[in-house]
Amino acid sequence: MGTGRQGVIDLYKTLLYMGRDYPQGYDFFRSRLKKAFQRNSDISDPEQIKMLVKRGEFVVKEIEALYMLKKYRTLKDRYSTEDKP
Amino acid sequence: MARVLVGVKRVIDYAVKIRVKPDKSGVVTDGVKHGLNPFDEIAVEEAVRLKEKKIASEVIAVSCGIPQAQESLRTALAMGADRAVHVEVPQPQYDSLLPLHVSKILARVAVDEKADIVIVGKQAIDDDSNQTAQMTAAILGWPQATFASEVTVADGNVLVKREVDGGLETVKVKLPAVISADLRLNEPRYATLPNIMKAKKKPIKKLTAADVGVDLAPRQQVLSVEDPPTRQAGSVVPDVDTLITKLKEKGHL
Repeated sequence: MGTGRQGVIDLYKTLLYMGRDYPQGYDFFRSRLKKAFQRNSDISDPEQIKMLVKRGEFVVKEIEALYMLKKYRTLKDRYSTEDKP
Repeated sequence: MARVLVGVKRVIDYAVKIRVKPDKSGVVTDGVKHGLNPFDEIAVEEAVRLKEKKIASEVIAVSCGIPQAQESLRTALAMGADRAVHVEVPQPQYDSLLPLHVSKILARVAVDEKADIVIVGKQAIDDDSNQTAQMTAAILGWPQATFASEVTVADGNVLVKREVDGGLETVKVKLPAVISADLRLNEPRYATLPNIMKAKKKPIKKLTAADVGVDLAPRQQVLSVEDPPTRQAGSVVPDVDTLITKLKEKGHL
């Protein structure tokens, strides 16, 4: 992902798309996502934008990991016959 | 190089609370979030990894069902499958579709597409039948390696670690073979937005049950679908004597 205007839009769209699966609901996720982006809307320093986009990409990875773990744990609880600790 | 066929099913999302229809004919599916069956996601992931390891030349996703089943195929394509086959089954017939029908369809598609490996999830999280892989192998006359937790392909053989009671069993099967994926086989990748967009350009071949020569006549009748019994409320007893009397009353002592 780039760090120009299009890069930021792509990041926003990616996050918005991922928000559809968020455990607390899409609306919860979307309002917070919008606020987080708006908070930094006045930043124009390219270096700083680059840093923030990087952080956004990190969040994307974190959410992916969260979804995967949540699914794995739910299925493991439902389908394994091993005794629960 | 092997050609891999992956069976996928569209099911109600794993996180959704299932509601039974008031007339007990089934569960509510209208307006409910659906997704790709998690075990099939694992199957798709394994197939895509085989391709990335240059063991597989092509990954073909196949699904049977109503037009919406294409969503699951898109997800599979976004995860890395090359193309898809959708065997369309209209809603009334889909309601009575059984693993036997699905296996017959899968077997036929596997032959038509000249697949060497068929990978499916061990079971779907909606009906939990756990029959499709086994019956597909039987119909094709291919060896089967079910509940796979590790798959290694070498010189026309597949070495599969299977999850069995109390441990792992390693089996060696000759290709062509049918494999069913267990939960610990791999960690499926997320179908990202750009990949979903790219997947829209990948081809989906549409077939009907008649095209694959499978008779979809129902073989079972669902009499009633009911919620599991709710847990009875517990009670606090004042002392040990009452506890013992109560346990004796219920015949536990």
